[in-house]
Amino acid sequence: MSAPSVTPTPGRETPAGRPPPRRPRRNRRTLRARLRRDWPLLAMAAPAAALLLVFHYLPTLGNIIAFQDYNPFVGDDPLDAFLNSEWIGFGNFEALFRDPAFWDAVRNTLTITAFQLVFFFPLPIMLAILLNSIVSGRVRGFVQSVVYLPHFFSWVLVVTFFVQMFGGAGLLAQEMRQAGLEPWEIMTNPDTFIVLVTAESVWKDLGWGAIVFLAALSAIDPNLYEAAAADGAGRWRRLWHITLPGLRPVIVLLLIMRLGDALSVGFEQFILQREAVGREAAEVLDTFVYYQAISTQQWGLGAAAGLFKAVVGLALILTANKIAHRLGEQGVYSKS
Amino acid sequence: MPGTLAKAVALTLLVAAVLVPLWAVLVTSLASRGTIDDAGGMVMVPREIDPSAYITIFSGGDVTRAVWISTLVTVLGTTLSLVLTVLAAYGLSRPGSVAHRGLLFYFLLTFLIFPGLVPSYLVVTGLGLKDNIWSLILPSAISVFNLVVIRAFFMNVPAELLDSARIDGAGELRILTRIVLPLSRAVIAVVGLFYAVGYWNAYFNAVLYIDSNDKFPIQRVLQSYILAGQSPNVSGTAVSLPGVTAYPPTLAVKMAVVVVTVIPAVIIYPFVQRHFTKGMITGAVKG
Repeated sequence: MSAPSVTPTPGRETPAGRPPPRRPRRNRRTLRARLRRDWPLLAMAAPAAALLLVFHYLPTLGNIIAFQDYNPFVGDDPLDAFLNSEWIGFGNFEALFRDPAFWDAVRNTLTITAFQLVFFFPLPIMLAILLNSIVSGRVRGFVQSVVYLPHFFSWVLVVTFFVQMFGGAGLLAQEMRQAGLEPWEIMTNPDTFIVLVTAESVWKDLGWGAIVFLAALSAIDPNLYEAAAADGAGRWRRLWHITLPGLRPVIVLLLIMRLGDALSVGFEQFILQREAVGREAAEVLDTFVYYQAISTQQWGLGAAAGLFKAVVGLALILTANKIAHRLGEQGVYSKS
Repeated sequence: MPGTLAKAVALTLLVAAVLVPLWAVLVTSLASRGTIDDAGGMVMVPREIDPSAYITIFSGGDVTRAVWISTLVTVLGTTLSLVLTVLAAYGLSRPGSVAHRGLLFYFLLTFLIFPGLVPSYLVVTGLGLKDNIWSLILPSAISVFNLVVIRAFFMNVPAELLDSARIDGAGELRILTRIVLPLSRAVIAVVGLFYAVGYWNAYFNAVLYIDSNDKFPIQRVLQSYILAGQSPNVSGTAVSLPGVTAYPPTLAVKMAVVVVTVIPAVIIYPFVQRHFTKGMITGAVKG
């Protein structure tokens, strides 16, 4: 027996087949009776909820140390140190906003986001359209298997592969030297670092990013193409008038998510290469937080930078979602 | 068709971009010192199969230990994550149950607000998990994204099936294990792969929380061998080279470590790959 079919039915909360008239009667039951019926469900959700409480919500509350001169040495453990540390209001934020290194990190982050929006974001869409146009199922399956694979490699591996291919001792440099050429400096050049990290991201996630567009493409009614072809529409007109409108909701959704995440460009990728190309090019907000807090022990300052990022990120995603609703798209969450 | 050639070229280049680096690493890991010297580094054309690099890394030492640690973390972590995520997804799959809306909101809110790095670090160290392999498991044990994917699957199980089981006197846990789970093998496989890959790939949490060399997972060892070894002036996140052997690792040894790090993903992947599209479509359904 195969798994139940999956049709996206946004907003629908009742599983199919449950007769609606039964619900009002249920809701009239006393809380006690409902608890007796539903306690196993609550018990099943409890362990996961508890883990999120400890490792997600507790640290979220812990962001208030951004308003402290947090010092780990004034207590026996982090909680004790927190209780004994001095409150300094917005002192950390003032120091942060005066720090040119912070604004460098913000600028690098936004530049990389903008660059990848232009040079990375459209590629999975193009790949999906390309894959969708392959008639042979075997060729298509093979290409898909291969291009999805790097998504499952860690950043350490991805950077390793790039070093072995393009680094000073890598394959390309070795071929160039044998041809009597001076090898290009690729892995350590701060000026081209933005191209390098984008290339790495493309290598890792191009294929994976195409999956969601492929799914959207398969939902487009093939009769539309036949009708358009019969009416004399060429391949580009069909692409423009049928394919792209069919992909529009997914494109908008992913754009919103990317915009909401504008201050995150990846973390391990930059930590791993920061030393090779230098702080100036490779410092992004996340690495800034890490180096401020954990390397140089300026905990309050690091927490302030992290909180700044979280608040701006939340504002961005809410704004982007609102814009999507204005444009008549569904967005990340529905209006209700 | 005029575009056919262009398409074929584009697809060939894409496939080559993924496979050539994998090939070069695999062939170099099996090359002898002489072959590597002749090639001047990375080897593209195999001349012989020399397993000595693999014998070196698996005859005890940092790599052997790191493979064990990573395997342990991956098996423990994936089991824990899958059990807790499936339970929670089932607990959240019945609209109209007690506290359903509030509980769902509690889980979904994690998509909008995140803890920063600093408070997370303080919580994990405050719980005494520093330098303990559970610090690589517990903080990332629940992925709400995976939970939402599984829940969407569960909600599509026909209600008649569940109702008839209930009339026969089956409890929720029994319904979950006997009816819902067997219908959801595909999504469980995909989510299991996601979790396993996440644990096997864990690198930065190890930088943050693991201090002793003898508890390093494989990614951390790979980083110190290849990336730190590549440019010796690396400091900060890099650790001083933990010698697996008395002499610095040859290129073949380094590449063998890369192969060992790649292999689990490459082995599990084909079994799960056919379910991806289904899983991703489900993932697009909102909670």
